[in-house]
Amino acid sequence: MTRTIISSATKEVVMGFDQPFVMIGERINPTGRPKFSAELKAGDYWRVKEDALAQVAAGAQVLDVNAGVPLADEPKILAEIVELVQSLTDVPLCIDSSIIAALEAGLKVYKGKALVNSTTAEEEVLEQVLPLVAKYGAAVVAISNDETGISEDPDERFEVAKRIVEHAADYGIKPEDVVVDPLVMPIGAVTTAGQDVFRLIRRLRDELKVNTTCGASNVSFGLPNRQAINNAFLPMLATAGMTSAILNVTHEGQVAAVKAADVLNGVDPHCANWIKTYRQPPAEGEGRGGRRGSRRRG
Amino acid sequence: MSDDEEEIILRDLNDEELVAQMQDDLYDGLRDEVFEGVEILLERKWDPNAILSDALVEGMRIVGIDFRDGILFVPEVLQCASAMKGGMGLLRPLLAASEHAASTGKYVIGTVKGDIHDIGKNLVGMMLEGAGFEVIDLGINNPVENYLEAIDKHKPDILGMSALLTTTMPYMGVVIEELDKRGILKELPVMVGGAPLNQEFADAINAHTYGRDAAMSAELAKTIIGRNR
Repeated sequence: MTRTIISSATKEVVMGFDQPFVMIGERINPTGRPKFSAELKAGDYWRVKEDALAQVAAGAQVLDVNAGVPLADEPKILAEIVELVQSLTDVPLCIDSSIIAALEAGLKVYKGKALVNSTTAEEEVLEQVLPLVAKYGAAVVAISNDETGISEDPDERFEVAKRIVEHAADYGIKPEDVVVDPLVMPIGAVTTAGQDVFRLIRRLRDELKVNTTCGASNVSFGLPNRQAINNAFLPMLATAGMTSAILNVTHEGQVAAVKAADVLNGVDPHCANWIKTYRQPPAEGEGRGGRRGSRRRG
Repeated sequence: MSDDEEEIILRDLNDEELVAQMQDDLYDGLRDEVFEGVEILLERKWDPNAILSDALVEGMRIVGIDFRDGILFVPEVLQCASAMKGGMGLLRPLLAASEHAASTGKYVIGTVKGDIHDIGKNLVGMMLEGAGFEVIDLGINNPVENYLEAIDKHKPDILGMSALLTTTMPYMGVVIEELDKRGILKELPVMVGGAPLNQEFADAINAHTYGRDAAMSAELAKTIIGRNR
């Protein structure tokens, strides 16, 4: 059974086919947020704090941290906000940049085993990202595209993913430390985007036996009521075999949709997580008002 | 669409009604109907330039407004663009043969080197075609040589570049610098766009115009052409 373990100094998160779906909070990312961009550039990180705490409170098990501000010192900012977020919460982080120096700066200050976001199958990218992942003992998100673009054919994308996993092995990175992103296309532009990705996830799970992740909200690009599409999509992904996603946990209904999928897919034994999250204890009464934390026996 | 809606016979409409109907059909993304409308107008000896501007471009202008305002959505706009393409298939050879170019202008567009994202770029291309531009799409992953070659070959009025990654967007600056070195930049307005970009970045790399989204980019491109004529 493939298990991808990422950690902070004190906490581990496990991705696996028999594990609850891992929710990676996407909010610490300035793309498309001009005010946030300007603040990051000016070294004002209050929004990072707020986003970090709000996402953990909402149920994120991992936080993605991205400092992609045009014309800014991305390595410096990324390192600073990685340290800041680690001082505020104990969830593991996904260090997200397309700039190698920024990835390295983030990894250097990170405590624990990070998830690096990301490499593609492009030679130039692979040759730079994989040594870093190996050096810092991290796990890595592998996006299934190469120099020729994103193939429309899911079988071709499978082969691309396979190539990355093999290449990672050359650097001593184990397959369980490669988390494949099969690339979700907007359903509004490609009618088969959903079917394609479900089929690809099944193959990645059954044949390549890797954990998977994706930017789930991309699917609803250009559509009204995007949240409802996303909330339906996530359980479908989980059922196809996807084990994590990068998503906006503060969106209404998103976390509940994922947790419900865990229950229905049988990865939340005795529905314990579900009940713990959604039990409404009586204001007063003779009972204990619900189970508390579990006490280990033996 | 309800069944009791009266069927419209395009041939029974007079010119004015037909053009209005074609704009509606374009808006509704009805490719066959738009194609037929173009055929009928051609039979009625309409100038291809007039068909393009009065029926298709005007129809897409309305599509653009509602897209911008969040009334129409991406899948719908893609259908509109497909309907427009259907009509253009008939018109293009005739337009090429006609004396005065009817196109709003020529626009070379492409995603920069190292970047393979094209949905945003394609949307911009469609909105530009809708606005009457002749669009030459270079696709993804374009090194500076591709842009230079296309500029040389097609003599565009505007060059557009797209990037979705913070790592690839600086390459737009590389292309602009090269254009400047060769003295092309004075003559050729360069537009840039893509999710991680902003006005500040566009200014820093000396781009002529920053297009925030597809509808806006088409509007801005029209403004540039208007200014240069």
